[in-house]
Amino acid sequence: MELVYSVCVGFMSACGIFLMLRGHTFTLVIGLTLLSYSVNLFLFASGGLTIGSPAVLNGSENYADPLPQALVLTAIVIGFAMTAFAVILAMRGRADLGNDHVDGDDPVDPLAREDKA
Amino acid sequence: MHYFWVPFLPMLGIIIPLLTNKFNRSTCALATALLPALALGLILFDLPAVLDGQAFTQSIEWIPLLGLNLSFRLDGLSVLFSLLILGIGLLVILYARYYLSEKDHMGRFYCYLIMFMTAMLGIVMSNNMLQLWFYWELTSISSFLLISFWSHSSDARKGARMALTITGAGGLALLAGIVLLGEVVGSYQLNVVLNSAELVQQHPYYLAILSLFLLGAFTKSAQFPFHFWLPHAMAAPTPVSAYLHSATMVKAGIFLLARFYPVLAGTEVWFVVVSLTGLFTLLLGAYTALFKHDLKGLLAYSTISHLGLIVLLLGLNTELAAIAAVFHIINHAIFKASLFMAAGIIDHESGSRDMRKLNGLWKYMPITATLAMVASASMAGVPLLNGFLSKEMFFTETLDQSILGSLSWLIPVLATIGGAFAVAYSLRFIHDVFFNGEPKGLTKTPHEPPRYMRVPVEILVALCLVVGIFPAYTVGPLLDSASLAVLNHPLPEFSLAIWHGFNIPLLMSGLAIAGGLAIYLNRKPLFRFEGLFPAIDAKIKFEGAIQACVRWAQKVNQTLESGSLQRYAFWLCFFALALIAPPLLDLDTTRGSQAEYPLNGAVAIAAVLLVAGSLATVIWSHYRLIALLMLSLVGLVVSITFAYFSAPDLALTQLSVEIVTVILLLLALYFFPQHTPTSKSRPSHFVRDLAVASLIGCIIGSICFALMTSPLDSISEFFIANAKTGGGGTNVVNVILVDFRGFDTFGEITVLGIAALGIYKLIARMRLSMRTKDHDGRLWATDKYPVLLSVISQSLLPLFLLISAYIFMRGHNLPGGGFIAGLITSIALIQQYLAHGVDWMTKRVSVSYHYFIAIGLVTAAITGLGSWAFGQPFLTSWFDYFSLPWIGKFELTSALVFDLGVYLTVIGATLLILANLGKLTTKERLTVGVR
Repeated sequence: MELVYSVCVGFMSACGIFLMLRGHTFTLVIGLTLLSYSVNLFLFASGGLTIGSPAVLNGSENYADPLPQALVLTAIVIGFAMTAFAVILAMRGRADLGNDHVDGDDPVDPLAREDKA
Repeated sequence: MHYFWVPFLPMLGIIIPLLTNKFNRSTCALATALLPALALGLILFDLPAVLDGQAFTQSIEWIPLLGLNLSFRLDGLSVLFSLLILGIGLLVILYARYYLSEKDHMGRFYCYLIMFMTAMLGIVMSNNMLQLWFYWELTSISSFLLISFWSHSSDARKGARMALTITGAGGLALLAGIVLLGEVVGSYQLNVVLNSAELVQQHPYYLAILSLFLLGAFTKSAQFPFHFWLPHAMAAPTPVSAYLHSATMVKAGIFLLARFYPVLAGTEVWFVVVSLTGLFTLLLGAYTALFKHDLKGLLAYSTISHLGLIVLLLGLNTELAAIAAVFHIINHAIFKASLFMAAGIIDHESGSRDMRKLNGLWKYMPITATLAMVASASMAGVPLLNGFLSKEMFFTETLDQSILGSLSWLIPVLATIGGAFAVAYSLRFIHDVFFNGEPKGLTKTPHEPPRYMRVPVEILVALCLVVGIFPAYTVGPLLDSASLAVLNHPLPEFSLAIWHGFNIPLLMSGLAIAGGLAIYLNRKPLFRFEGLFPAIDAKIKFEGAIQACVRWAQKVNQTLESGSLQRYAFWLCFFALALIAPPLLDLDTTRGSQAEYPLNGAVAIAAVLLVAGSLATVIWSHYRLIALLMLSLVGLVVSITFAYFSAPDLALTQLSVEIVTVILLLLALYFFPQHTPTSKSRPSHFVRDLAVASLIGCIIGSICFALMTSPLDSISEFFIANAKTGGGGTNVVNVILVDFRGFDTFGEITVLGIAALGIYKLIARMRLSMRTKDHDGRLWATDKYPVLLSVISQSLLPLFLLISAYIFMRGHNLPGGGFIAGLITSIALIQQYLAHGVDWMTKRVSVSYHYFIAIGLVTAAITGLGSWAFGQPFLTSWFDYFSLPWIGKFELTSALVFDLGVYLTVIGATLLILANLGKLTTKERLTVGVR
């Protein structure tokens, strides 16, 4: 099962990074989100996988590692704030610069001006 | 001891001129002079003990781990320099009172001057090398401010910049040298370092240390090839030149050589490098000075030449040479300061410094002329004046060395030639300015300066005479104690007398005077010959070099910072790959010893969904809505994964964040083209990105696998053992968040709040156009708020809030807590926004979401601070059990209040982001509708 888990994490990271290397802001934000999913899974797994015994004390002997869980929980919330910041920044960039390119190209996006014309 | 206060008194005095500037000029000057005079008094108080050969040190620990102490010392050398700095400084304050015009800001000038004085005193009195360096840099900065005092003049600005660049660069070299030396010796305290000569000189770093120290000293003291900044610094007001560029700052380099003489000198390299640099500078300066038409230019090159002479003396391998160097430091400071002041008077009272215009001034200012002539004679080395004595010692020492082996006889010959040129330019200074016909083309008639402007010159010239005639009674003791500090062991016998009988040095002096006369008489052909060389303006060359550097830096910058985020991201990934991969190559096997779970059907299906979802996101990334849906599929599977692997808190959080994220991205998609334009990116980029992404994916997967299968020794045992007893909760994840690592959580909600505020500011005043149609040309639905949705949402709201309250309350003991409850409440409210629109909600929720963030953070902070009231560290939690009739036994904990802060902040942040973004869609849609 661990093998399948790590293959999934690796695959998601690859997809996320590939999307982040594209030239448009929205794709980049999607890539960033995908990458943060995989990073959260990665961090979560650093405590090892446990099935059926959450870290809620009930007298049993074996608990899942609570520390990575606590770290990942805040990471998820902060990740949301980061995604939101990136996407709003992308919108602002499009509003002020007239296009959503992040690849150094600076063409005037014909669609962005469509309704203003 | 009182001397400890000496560097601090002028430091306090830096603001005095600024405060007294509004009174009349004399009051300002007098108030400025007060503290330096007091400092001088303190030095004089300690003088007798130092003249007896004692040295004092006093330290206060500052940053002991770095070897940095606040530490001062008073020995012969620092007393000598302090007397020069404070004495000449006071004279310069008096002189500047008359020199500066009404237009100049006197307070600012004195302020810089006192700052410089503080810095110089700090250098000469420091007993810690790092502290010394700090003051060293302060002299560079304050001299920059002083040279550029007349900042309206381009020459002043350029000259100041050049001085700062050269001396500043030398300062950096010196810092490197100091750090190396400190590490070699194991201490930065001078009293330790100065006694470690053997250790340092045998160390392999010796050459590096020496070169770095010499770079620092030579740049500061204008030695070839760094001499060119000094003549350009003459754009400064003349009091500055008299103070900085004759007596003090340029002597700082020499002071450095003298101070570190015991530890660095004595080797073959030192003698060769230092003496030859000094000799060359001596000759170059003396020769160039003769051909300068500007009075201050002549004096500047003469200063370079005399500095070269002192450096040469320090580089000769005899003890008497070092004594002669100290003696010449005193003499040069005295006569050169008075000459600069005389030049300033001439400039001030005749309106020009050009020797081609200035002639025959004897008639107009006989007293100043007499004073200047005596000082020039001292500069030339005429008997009965102080300059003669040290020059005699210098000639004597040049005879007694063997640096150039069998060619060593060249050094006294070259020294005599240098001496002859010194006589020639001194003659020119006297004859050209005060005699030689009538003034030509002056704008005003020259006259004597105000009475007190001449006083400093008179005092200095009197010193030239007194020292020149009674050397042993005046400077004798001071010279002894200073030389003792330089040599760091008992002095050899030497005599300070005017007459040593007929000997070779006297012959050399005679030859120099005769030669100087001959050169001056034949100056016309010499000037013609000099005119054949193309004039080199160091300023143009220097500015050119600086601009070339700037262009080069811009080019590098443009290459690296191309404006393409894509490229930055690529290099980031590339280097992450390059740095992470090599250590993995050394790992023998990825699979650890830990037992693994067998694969089952559910996990297999989830894995397939994850992979397919990610792949679909990539493949359909051009169709943004579809990509978004695929992404949320991945997010859902991730939350199920958390739930499956015993992390209910994470599953709940992920699920609610997933909902919020999708709403956010959908809202944003309103303002983006729904399809990414067909990519123009080159196929090579595609392959490159694919390769990098896949490699990183493989590495992350491998590390993940290795981590999971290796035995783990975690600190989590502690949390599990103490959650109930120490934190009062059974949900260990929540106890970690609000208790064990509460400070982290506090930081995190702060970041969340800041991000939300940043987003709020980004949204404010955003001008975006919204499409009226979708990508395929269809109009948006006209049914904005479907009735069914509104009704169901509204009736679900209380239920939602109840659930979030329940989740919140039970969080400490069962899965839940402030983060999750906050997100659920947010979703409930967003649901209302979606169903009813912003306007409907604004009427009902009148509180701004900013307050939620603020109140949440303040609640969390106060909970944390509350523990101080009980004498506990920040964020120590408290809990206890109570029982009430009907309700039964229940628990109260301070962590619950902290979690309430988290809850409020999460609501505030989420809604601040989404409600404002939603408002934007409504606003834009309305304008479109009207149109």
